[in-house]
Amino acid sequence: MIRVQRETFDVGAEIAGLCAGDTAAGGVCVFIGRVREFAHGAALQAMTLEHYPGMTERQLQALEAEAQRRWLLEKTLIIHRYGRLLPGEPIVLVITAAGHREAAFDACRFLIDCLKTTAPFWKAEETAAGSRWVDACAADDAATLGWQDGAAEGGS
Amino acid sequence: MLTILYFASVKEKAGCGEETVRLPAAVSDVMGLVVWLRQRGGGPAAALTDLAAVRVAVNQEHARFDHPLTGDEEVAFFPPVTGGAP
Repeated sequence: MIRVQRETFDVGAEIAGLCAGDTAAGGVCVFIGRVREFAHGAALQAMTLEHYPGMTERQLQALEAEAQRRWLLEKTLIIHRYGRLLPGEPIVLVITAAGHREAAFDACRFLIDCLKTTAPFWKAEETAAGSRWVDACAADDAATLGWQDGAAEGGS
Repeated sequence: MLTILYFASVKEKAGCGEETVRLPAAVSDVMGLVVWLRQRGGGPAAALTDLAAVRVAVNQEHARFDHPLTGDEEVAFFPPVTGGAP
């Protein structure tokens, strides 16, 4: 399941909702991405996320399908926010539920790594110096490449 | 008709987020569209002058600049994506 939304999310309620009635998932892995207070040495006042409606949902659904193809998963959920967010606010939530923890951990890592380089989101950071678009990070590309060609482990 | 979308810093340079154009008969791929937009001038030409930091999607799938176009697609130009977590 995927959701792209402006409003925040309640992690506990999302886990409970996803796993309600499921007694097969022995392991649930949760990753939350949050807005950091510092941007390139300057205090961050806010971060605004723009996205490409339609393509975002399509790319997140494709990633979720790929994770379900690679691992034996009971449930998955990706929530990604857009709009203006303040430091400490959650940006993204990835939940994977599986019979065993290895699949839950690996699929969760895969989803957050690959989401960063395939889902069409762009961040603009606001500091006292003004607003600037965040450049893509080479390390993120490397993390996604680590998952390609059926690689067993991502990242580095 | 071809829909062209611009996002983030590319949208700012282009001065618009969306436009609809009739694809010239001579244009058969994304790079041909870029060349045509550059010749047309204005904001989109400025946004597409340097393609080093421009990515493209055709019909909402990531694509290369040699992706073929027939004239009824949705083509999006944007900088490398930066979603997800720190």
